[in-house]
Amino acid sequence: MSRFRHSMRRWASPMKQLLQGNDAAALGALYAGCRFFAGYPITPSTEIAEKLALLLPKHGGRFIQMEDELAAMAAVVGASVAGVKSLTATSGPGFSLKQENLGFAYITEVPCVVADVQRGGPSTGLPTAPSQSDIMQARWGTHGDHPSIALYPSTVYEQFTEMVRAFNLSERYRIPVIFLSDEIIGHMRECVTLPQEGDLEIINRTKPTVPPEDYKPYDSSRLVPPMANFGEGYRYHITGLSHDDTGFPTNNGYIAEKAAKRLQKKIDDNYDDIVKVEEFFCSDAEVIVFSVGAAARSAKEAVLAARGRGIKAGLLKALTVWPFPDRHIKSYASRLKRLVVAEMNLGQLSNEVERAAEGNIEVRRILQANGEPIAPAQILEHFSPSDRAVYV
Amino acid sequence: MFNYDRYLRKGKLPHIWCPGCGYGIIFKAMIRAIDALGWDKNETVLASGIGCASRLPGYADFNTIHTTHGRSIPFATGIKLANPKLKVVVMGGDGDMSAIGGNHLIHACRRNIDLPLVIFNNNIYGMTGGQFSPTTPIGKKATTAPYGMTENAFDISALSIAAGASFVARVTSFHAKQMEELMKQAFQHKGFSVLEIITGCPTGYGRRNGQPEAADQLEWQRAHGIPKLRYEKMSSEEREGKFSIGVLHDEEKPSYLETYDKAVGLA
Repeated sequence: MSRFRHSMRRWASPMKQLLQGNDAAALGALYAGCRFFAGYPITPSTEIAEKLALLLPKHGGRFIQMEDELAAMAAVVGASVAGVKSLTATSGPGFSLKQENLGFAYITEVPCVVADVQRGGPSTGLPTAPSQSDIMQARWGTHGDHPSIALYPSTVYEQFTEMVRAFNLSERYRIPVIFLSDEIIGHMRECVTLPQEGDLEIINRTKPTVPPEDYKPYDSSRLVPPMANFGEGYRYHITGLSHDDTGFPTNNGYIAEKAAKRLQKKIDDNYDDIVKVEEFFCSDAEVIVFSVGAAARSAKEAVLAARGRGIKAGLLKALTVWPFPDRHIKSYASRLKRLVVAEMNLGQLSNEVERAAEGNIEVRRILQANGEPIAPAQILEHFSPSDRAVYV
Repeated sequence: MFNYDRYLRKGKLPHIWCPGCGYGIIFKAMIRAIDALGWDKNETVLASGIGCASRLPGYADFNTIHTTHGRSIPFATGIKLANPKLKVVVMGGDGDMSAIGGNHLIHACRRNIDLPLVIFNNNIYGMTGGQFSPTTPIGKKATTAPYGMTENAFDISALSIAAGASFVARVTSFHAKQMEELMKQAFQHKGFSVLEIITGCPTGYGRRNGQPEAADQLEWQRAHGIPKLRYEKMSSEEREGKFSIGVLHDEEKPSYLETYDKAVGLA
């Protein structure tokens, strides 16, 4: 039996299967309709490229390994402009290199998905160890003002479903979506039963219906203007320069600012559609831990252990990191005494939680950047009412 | 009388190019070549990077994409692989293609990717005001080489041939008629084709290097661009400072898409 048949049968199977996180992300992309992948090898994301090199042609798509990360990002944007849903996958150092053409995708509003399976940094850092230190790179990695959507699964099953959601949001809002993961989630294996065809909604970009001469690819009267693909008769211009409604460059600062504000508004106004959190034992909780990705798994264990001891602890797990779940944080900050933030970096989420909480709550930071997962016990001790000394 | 209007976005004119710039000649040849090949405007894509040359697509009535500095080849690669039916032409200047985009250039050659590339080589960074590029000849002045260029120059055509491009041609903006013919050949070629056009920049290059007028640069091109057959017969002394023009390399070999699609069962 060929490797291909084996993987396809497993994907198509409604049965439980043992699946790796990165493979689940690749399968989720296929499910979402992704038919182009361009990448560059980098640990710990490479399995996504390997899986799609194998499977894309079987679904009528193409894979290409480019000469560098910048080229991979460029090719992905190009393929999307030609109408094909596209993915690239990388890790921190490669994500840094992608920022140039990611910025191009933001200003030109080209949908695509960029997976960043995080490892320790900065620079080459800890190449094989997990980390959550690209949270801010996913928000502000490229220069200039722009909104950002970043999703962050914490299970193998979510690697699949959140990848589908990443493509959906990207198509709906004409924005590159960052799919954050980490070495733990990417490389671990779990038993999953994957969604079957038709189980999950698939969203495709809205196409223009006006005649070509009336088409405005960046129509400022719409939050998300319809997008024509190259080759469909609309013959428009795409540029990384600030542009007006017609897509042609402008030096008019007023128009440039108006366009930048529309980009921000199309995300801000759709908080409820984009921001997804999982609230675990939160309804009666007196202390809540906020966490994402691999750290959220430890946090869940800590909450269960705390409940076993009669401590009313809960977990607020963000599946959407950007836009930041401000409203959820604010709501808990107004009625709780303490929020615990557990993250595998030196405070990138904690700073945001404090900003969102506006000083209304004590924020305890559990920060760890040594390439090791945070243990549930490290979190558990912060739930205790005895206010034990905090250490990392 | 050839009707250029069909291919121009007239509302976007006048263009940004300085008086005496060679790019108008190239633009004209490109339009005539595309027209001669009968390409459908709706299925034609022009992709460029950053620089004066890269502004061309904005004036042309096709599907046009003005990307980031040096990256037009990978953007175009994505477009072509997503929809091979599209006719995609890539263009850029010498800095865009042989400095910041140099890695993409050699890998496109190696892959023999199904794209034609037109390089507008004016030996200078024009848009930023005349800094030296990888093709500025040694000793020539640039704003960042006030004492004269001290680095060796790239021969873009030789580089492309060495890296594996299956069609490489060179011409100058003086040889306008030949340029059009070479463009047609490059655009029809299967695989990666490179057309290097030696052109002038009176503002950024000429006036600092003894060629202040556009005509000075055209005259220089006429005298130094030697048809390949004649060039090959010249002695090394005669070749000094001169370069060959015409089709420098033309090879039939499988293109990227041909090989890939066959290997993975898409063909």
